[in-house]
Amino acid sequence: MTATEPVVDTGTEPAGDAVPTRRITVTVNGERRVAEVEPRLLLAHLLRQGLALTGTHVGCDTTNCGACTVLYDGAPIKSCTMLAVQADGHEVTTVEGLGTPSELDPVQEGFAAEHGLQCGFCTPGMMLAARALLDRNPDPTEDDVRWALSGNLCRCTGYQNIVKAVLWAAEKESR
Amino acid sequence: MTQTAEPASRALDEVKIGGLGSSRPRVEDARFIRGRGNYVEDVTLPGMLHMEILRSPLAHARIKSIDTSAAWAIPGVKLVLTGEMAAQRNLAWMPTLSYDTQAVLATDKVRFQGQEVACVVAEDPYIAKDACDAIVVEYEPLPPIVNPEQALAPGAPLIRDDKAGQTDNVAYSWEVGDKAGTDAAFARADVVSTLRLHYPRSHPSPIENCGAVADFNNATGKLTVYMTSQAPHIVRAAVALIAELPEHMIRIISPDVGGGFGNKVPVYPGYVCAILCSILTAKPVKWIEDKSGNLSSTGFGRDMYLDSEMALTRDGKILAVRYHATTDQGAFYADAQPTKFKIGLVHSSFACYDVPVGHITAQGTYTNKAPGGVAYRCSFRVTEAMFFQERMMQAAADDLGIDQAEFRRRNLVRDDQFPYRTPFGFLTDSGQYHKCLQLGLDAIGYDDFLVEQAEARKQGRLLGIGISTMTEPLGAGNSREYDILGIKMFDAAELRVHPTGKAVLKIGAQTQGQGHETTFAQIVTHELGIPATDIVVEHGDTDHTPFGMGTYASRSTPVAGAAAAMVARKVRAKARKLAAHLLEVSEEDVEWELGRFYVRGAESRGVTIQECAMAAYSNMPDGMEPGLENNAYYDPPNLTWPFACYIATVEVDPETGVWDVLRFVAVDDCGVRINPMIVEGQIMGGLTEAYAMSNMQFQTYDADGNLVGGNYMDYLLPTAWETPGFELHEVVTPSPHHPIGAKGVGECAAVGGPAAYVNAVLNALSQVPGRPGGVRNIDMPLLPDRVWHAAQTGDDVSGAPPFRTE
Repeated sequence: MTATEPVVDTGTEPAGDAVPTRRITVTVNGERRVAEVEPRLLLAHLLRQGLALTGTHVGCDTTNCGACTVLYDGAPIKSCTMLAVQADGHEVTTVEGLGTPSELDPVQEGFAAEHGLQCGFCTPGMMLAARALLDRNPDPTEDDVRWALSGNLCRCTGYQNIVKAVLWAAEKESR
Repeated sequence: MTQTAEPASRALDEVKIGGLGSSRPRVEDARFIRGRGNYVEDVTLPGMLHMEILRSPLAHARIKSIDTSAAWAIPGVKLVLTGEMAAQRNLAWMPTLSYDTQAVLATDKVRFQGQEVACVVAEDPYIAKDACDAIVVEYEPLPPIVNPEQALAPGAPLIRDDKAGQTDNVAYSWEVGDKAGTDAAFARADVVSTLRLHYPRSHPSPIENCGAVADFNNATGKLTVYMTSQAPHIVRAAVALIAELPEHMIRIISPDVGGGFGNKVPVYPGYVCAILCSILTAKPVKWIEDKSGNLSSTGFGRDMYLDSEMALTRDGKILAVRYHATTDQGAFYADAQPTKFKIGLVHSSFACYDVPVGHITAQGTYTNKAPGGVAYRCSFRVTEAMFFQERMMQAAADDLGIDQAEFRRRNLVRDDQFPYRTPFGFLTDSGQYHKCLQLGLDAIGYDDFLVEQAEARKQGRLLGIGISTMTEPLGAGNSREYDILGIKMFDAAELRVHPTGKAVLKIGAQTQGQGHETTFAQIVTHELGIPATDIVVEHGDTDHTPFGMGTYASRSTPVAGAAAAMVARKVRAKARKLAAHLLEVSEEDVEWELGRFYVRGAESRGVTIQECAMAAYSNMPDGMEPGLENNAYYDPPNLTWPFACYIATVEVDPETGVWDVLRFVAVDDCGVRINPMIVEGQIMGGLTEAYAMSNMQFQTYDADGNLVGGNYMDYLLPTAWETPGFELHEVVTPSPHHPIGAKGVGECAAVGGPAAYVNAVLNALSQVPGRPGGVRNIDMPLLPDRVWHAAQTGDDVSGAPPFRTE
């Protein structure tokens, strides 16, 4: 972290000097980002407001729904219950870092191919949880998929097509 | 360009170009899988401020004082708004969609836990939250009421002392049917079957909570509100009435909506506060509710009590039904439902059975609970109607000692009886009920299962099978009978075909995941032969889309979908004139096949719809108005009546009360399917909500009025791990009055599903040795402790509040 790097305005800093802040460096979707944050700022809010990565959604604030799931050093975590300062020095991947503009991740392709989404709100978190599963287990069973996604809630699909979507991606990646 | 060189060309392949019956991939997915959706919380405007709401910790209390001084003192706070301040703008109260009033910010007392008391606007949401915590409210507690029995007890505290002339806790009384005829039928019954139960309070709980960004421009006087709404056009009218702003200066935008299920139909205090705060601060104000706020204050569903009787002949014919339904409305009567029907369309129950006569009475009560009674994934209380019906059917079959499938067979309406007038006045349009039931029984292997069940019982294992068959009324209006706040229930569509044959369709419906951008294009493709990929569908912006009543009660395809078909036909009628001009024949000699007009008797002479579009802008006949566009308002002649047969098999563990779904078969007849993939997605989603309600998902209150189920730690929703797999089957009976033969479907599974699970568990419990048929009812959700208690004692289990905490 150097003084010459651009510092992100998190958009959540209060007026006045009374509240302490801390400078953190987080690698987000492969890009090194420096931010001046309040210690209480949630990682989800740093991503959404500070970095304008609005694909990470906030659903429940009790770590149940998983809409805010991101990858933290490759593991799925819920960014609504992690402080931004805890991510200092770590790598975070959001849905915006999944696949490239020209080439989708197989998980993204699978969700579209198998109708694994409806309103789309849970989808980024679901896809990142699925990505983490396939990274550690490239050949999952249906039960493996259901267990791996059991920290993420969907109210639209009934999960059956989400499971098919993940298995579709596993199948594609095995080719 | 008037003559094609090809041999007699033929109609396009409709499925290939994305018309009816094509499971075309969803247009919406491209943005959602990249995280590029645009939900309300993603909207950021220059200079935007943030609003948070302070909620009541008590269920019933008089407000003695509110001290906001410490909140104002926090740096970054721009506004602290109380009910007293809102009252100066005549905004402390607002009308509900059921002709009641609801507090925006409490002035006199709080009437439920979680009620809005004050709000704070600040530079960021964290400061706004801090400031809410700094507000000091002094309450004088009053006795809380948490169920209708308490509400109706003599001497009960009056909850709505704000309403002139209100002397008790009754919100409404209503009845329908033929009392004298029903009483006469009961007098000659061989058997009278009775059932009492409680359908628990449940919250639709979309993963996205409610929220708004209100932007009042004090230079132009225009108010723009980005809002999580299923019905933006109704909201515009409501805001005009509530906030006394001119309607043409209000623009409501519903961007992507993260699920609705009925929760995002009403106008909530948070929206009104955000609008008022934007007017007062002259800045854009964003309000994003948290999950507790959503669960504790916004529209719930159900919370209805049934007290029922069926008059039966010994050989299994239904002579009459009668029941009394009591609803717990919470503190304000805020159902979102058609005006004439005080308990929604609960009288659609028994529409699929040949029942000569019936009588329903209903009463609503005020309690110290959150207001609502919204159509949670159903067509206005239809979920309760069909659950009551199918639980009563099972109880009656048990009382008669007749097999549950056979009992249904003896009473289902036959194919040759349509259109069929139900005992409560509906006219069902079409169906093949017996075929659907038989398909379901065959799919589950009904006879084999009964053998397996008997074998299992010998080993001490409890297997059960439950059936639920139902038709439901989807697609309100017609406008003669259906209105909300006086606004008739119809829908509109506008279609514009550009010179190159690409098109834009604008509709008044509002998707929350149903895939309208995909399926409504398919309807136009079916009518005009323009490939679906050449049609963009726009919705959700009241400045740029035609009026519509919104998306709930499965009404989009039946009403707005019909409007889309009708406007496409108007456009085709003009294109035909252009074709005649291009082909140099009279209009009467022009024939249509998908995608082209041709000369009768000379099929090779034809022009495509795209060529007609170009001619509308470049080569129209003398005297013809240029352009190729139109609009259509569609007022449906009747509701559409899909049918479903759901069958569940379960195994109950009598030692723990835990039950598992072994198989689930669904047979849905929703008429013509526009996009089979999307229809099946809707059905599986509905079956999962049905499973949730039967198994774990409910809200209740303790005796002090504390909400149980106010966050996801104790409002349990099934994950991928618990949710069973589903086997789907279809029957197609086109609706005779819908332009493309479609019927609503989005809610059938959530409506009809719960009874299948519950009937299956109760069927399993009838296998307990020594207690055949002993347990008549367990209230949902069938939690392990309730099932265990019933299995051990043979007693019914009530789930009605108050929730016992010992």
